Amino acid sequence: MSTRTLISPAQLARPRGKALYWVCFALVVVLFTLAFLGPLYWMVSSGLKTTQEAVQTPPTWVPGSVHPENYQRAWEVMDLARLLLNTLYYAFGALALQLVLDVAAAYSLSKLRPVLGKLILGMMLATLMIPATVLVVPQYLTALDVPIVERNLLNSPWAIWLPSVTNAFNIFLLKRFFDSIPRELLDAASMDGAGPLRVLWSIVLPVSRPILGVVSIFAVVGVWKDFLWPMLVLPDPQQQTLAVGIYSLATSVPENVLIAALSIASLPTLLLFLLFQRNIMSGLTAGGLKG
Amino acid sequence: MSAPTLTKDRTVKDRRPRRPRTGPPHLHDGGLGTTLRRNITAHGFLIGAVLCFAFFSWYPIVREFLLAFQKTEDGRVSWVGWENFVTVWNDPAFGQAWRNTLWFTVLALLLGFVVPFVAALVINEFRHGQGYLRLLVYLPVMLPPTASVLLFKYLYDPGYGMFNEILGVFGVPAQQWLQDPDTAMLSVVVASTWMNMGGATLIYLAALQSVPGELYEAAELDGAGLLRKVWHVTVPQTRLILLLMLLMQIIATMQVFIEPFLLTGGAGPEGSTTTVVYLIYQYAFNFNNYGAAAALGLLLLVLLAGFSAAYTRLNRAEQD
Repeated sequence: MSTRTLISPAQLARPRGKALYWVCFALVVVLFTLAFLGPLYWMVSSGLKTTQEAVQTPPTWVPGSVHPENYQRAWEVMDLARLLLNTLYYAFGALALQLVLDVAAAYSLSKLRPVLGKLILGMMLATLMIPATVLVVPQYLTALDVPIVERNLLNSPWAIWLPSVTNAFNIFLLKRFFDSIPRELLDAASMDGAGPLRVLWSIVLPVSRPILGVVSIFAVVGVWKDFLWPMLVLPDPQQQTLAVGIYSLATSVPENVLIAALSIASLPTLLLFLLFQRNIMSGLTAGGLKG
Repeated sequence: MSAPTLTKDRTVKDRRPRRPRTGPPHLHDGGLGTTLRRNITAHGFLIGAVLCFAFFSWYPIVREFLLAFQKTEDGRVSWVGWENFVTVWNDPAFGQAWRNTLWFTVLALLLGFVVPFVAALVINEFRHGQGYLRLLVYLPVMLPPTASVLLFKYLYDPGYGMFNEILGVFGVPAQQWLQDPDTAMLSVVVASTWMNMGGATLIYLAALQSVPGELYEAAELDGAGLLRKVWHVTVPQTRLILLLMLLMQIIATMQVFIEPFLLTGGAGPEGSTTTVVYLIYQYAFNFNNYGAAAALGLLLLVLLAGFSAAYTRLNRAEQD
């Protein structure tokens, strides 16, 4: 990187500066690795210990004997396959619904500009100012008895999917991106007789791939990480998400099995992160800054 | 864009009727019928999201205000004025919950605000390995909070936990961490910082890229040392982002729930980790007292609304 930072390049170029730089660099790399990978190492390795070894004082840094079958036990005892499938189902359902409804809404607000569009956008953005945890109680009561349609959404995937659409931040990100698509591009298509849906599908969406990627990842990760809401609206153990299911079974399994289960639960999002780290990080700084 | 051609056109053919240029040109060629059709299409695209907002966001917001002044007994709803607020106020846990929440916020800011900034400053200095360090810092953000929190509970265990083992290496006696009212909240904050600092660090890193290098050179000519450069150049240059993140963190940390809920069962030793949101949770889901939960929630909402408004103002300033 060529940009000038705190320490002057002249200072760094001197032999002493160079040596100091490398010492600091090594220290920081070791420190960060220990701080961020250390707990993860402890998690994976403790999952391999016997039950006695996992709770012995003092603890061991390296498992005395390796028991990968703990992971299999966790998988079976805690029924992780079902929890995992449930979570995938909720996450990708929420993603699909958000992609359809939020993209359509952002497109309408950005390009079709209906009467009262500004007001609607304002009201959507205003919800960002309301602390989410405060709303949990009235939202829960709403899910118990949705007005007008009079449905109880408890234990139904819709209790996760429908509220996930009310993601004003995603709508804002999408709208801002759509705003930057030149008018001429869309007008040319309309001139050729393409309707709004056609324009959205064949012009807006293809050029919006980067932002759609970011929004999708955050939608999936959001459902994956959520805890309080799924705990409240999915009380049936058969319907629970991974995050909630592990919590509710935490005290009923031995420590080493629980830790093994935590490793398994962490794996999917970690993989997602390693695969899409570029998109995630750029999306975070592009959108997060100006949220 | 099309503005110059428009003025040119007008000078040439001045008598041409002007059209309002508010929408796509192809859409308002006709009269009222076309406008109507355009609006129907546009609202058709909007309706799904609007309905979701109406049911799961706007209506609950209104309901929060109503609930705070209502009481439900045997399925019958009645208006009770400020009674719920009085109940909440007189609860012995009320003062403690607010004190704990503020204490958590202060600790979380000392750690959670300063640590990511320092981490970003340090990472930004390196000409190597930046990608690796960024990856490490952001890794915990991707873990499901349940997994990280339960992992920390295991690490904090006074007997077989990793932290006491590390302290033991340096000769520090074993701590009780979550079991001791004095260290319980600090332990929660450390876990929370580990889990959440990645986002802030990356945002600071992006902000640091935009600090002009000449300013550092100028400061060096004035004989400024490292700390003075940070204080007089870096901090003022990234002031807006720092303030934004500060407000965002205050809003987020005042709503802390999952960390104490999972680490200490919510209340913690001698109620030392009872937070306002945990109290709301208890009212609503342990005691079925939705009125009290809404009243306490409203108090939190009003307090945070001030911060939210400041955040929005700043954010707008940042974008201009």
